[in-house]
Amino acid sequence: MHEYSIVQSLLDLCEENAKNNDAQKITKVVVKIGKLSGVEPHLLEIAFETFKEGTICSQSVFEMIHQDVVVHCQSCSAESTLKKNEFLCPRCESTALNIIDGEEMYLMRLEMA
Amino acid sequence: MCQDCGCSITEEHSHGHGHDHTTIHDNPQLNDAKTVDVITKILDKNNHEAAHNREHFNKHGVLSINLMSSPGSGKTTLLESLAKAKKLNFNVIEGDLETNNDADRLKAHGVEAYQIQTGSACHLDAFMVHKGLHHVNMENSDVCFVENVGNLVCPASYDVGTHLNVVLISVPEGADKIEKYPVMFRSADLVLITKTDLLPHFDFDVEFVKRSAKKLKPGVDILEISSKDETSIDNFVKWIEYKKAFQ
Ligand SMILES: Nc1nc2c(ncn2[C@@H]2O[C@H](COP(=O)(O)OP(=O)(O)OP(=O)(O)O)[C@@H](O)[C@H]2O)c(=O)[nH]1
Ligand SMILES: [Mg+2]
Ligand SMILES: [Zn+2]
Ligand SMILES: [Zn+2]
Ligand SMILES: [Zn+2]
Repeated sequence: MHEYSIVQSLLDLCEENAKNNDAQKITKVVVKIGKLSGVEPHLLEIAFETFKEGTICSQSVFEMIHQDVVVHCQSCSAESTLKKNEFLCPRCESTALNIIDGEEMYLMRLEMA
Repeated sequence: MCQDCGCSITEEHSHGHGHDHTTIHDNPQLNDAKTVDVITKILDKNNHEAAHNREHFNKHGVLSINLMSSPGSGKTTLLESLAKAKKLNFNVIEGDLETNNDADRLKAHGVEAYQIQTGSACHLDAFMVHKGLHHVNMENSDVCFVENVGNLVCPASYDVGTHLNVVLISVPEGADKIEKYPVMFRSADLVLITKTDLLPHFDFDVEFVKRSAKKLKPGVDILEISSKDETSIDNFVKWIEYKKAFQ
């Protein structure tokens, strides 16, 4: 259940960005959650709704972008989405891959007032 | 300069390694808009602290290894075996929700160990490890182990600032754990199949486990160990020495 710790970091980031932008409140928070980031989106949402009370995000809408794992193949240069947890290029079966997306979680966008 | 500890580690890592710290100030066009593209890793602060921890380890020429597994897979027992083998100079930062048991077990073997009690946190983060690493003496050790909280989920999301991740899967846990916990096993530099002395008593398909690990992470190293087999512990020591040679 580290989703609670992650929301804490997220709220700190929101607070910091609001300050930098002289905003009074944040009305929308958009995050991108990689399929292999280790975070359960549903739990993250519950944690956000629970912990936003009393913060700059208390009236924020929470939007999640679910990001599949995207890889770039060093052998054939194809960029592909992995459908299962098998790290092979779907086009040429090479295992020399760069992971482009899907293993991280990002704060993408904030709407402020 | 390290803000928390006053140690003289420079913060070289805080600039120019691909972070996107875009705020409204970087983009004058957005100055009046209400929408700001932030694009920052949610665990950005943890990652900075992790980089700082790595600089600590580097400064002392210490190779640091994060040991992760579900509860009871044999992390502390492995460290005890290493202490008995007397081939590595190491110290340990221990993470558990409660108790000093694991640090006490290692101290009983003459190993310097510092226990972090996480309270309710089911993982170690880079800030906790930072506090811990200022409590162990790096001068006379070659390797620093961080024994993470027993948990195959949460610790996988946190870079604690170690150089290598070693993930244990013990024979009694069952061979399907790699498929069930992909994020954890993706993070592994080495998968250790532990308690192999118990193989005769369990239907545990070692080859299946190896295949699962390679599917998830094609280049991953895999070793089989048992606390009852000194040779297997020596193989782990050799793996560490090999990695240390390339540090
Ligand atoms: N048969 C056998 N038992 C082992 C082996 N390694 C560990 N054990 C036993 O497994 C149990 C748990 O071992 P620990 O080393 O405490 O496991 P751990 O991963 O440190 O546990 P936590 O720190 O609580 O997550 C103990 O009873 C050990 O004696 C092994 O190689 N073979
Ligand atoms: Mg232990
Ligand atoms: Zn957790
Ligand atoms: Zn390819
Ligand atoms: Zn420090």
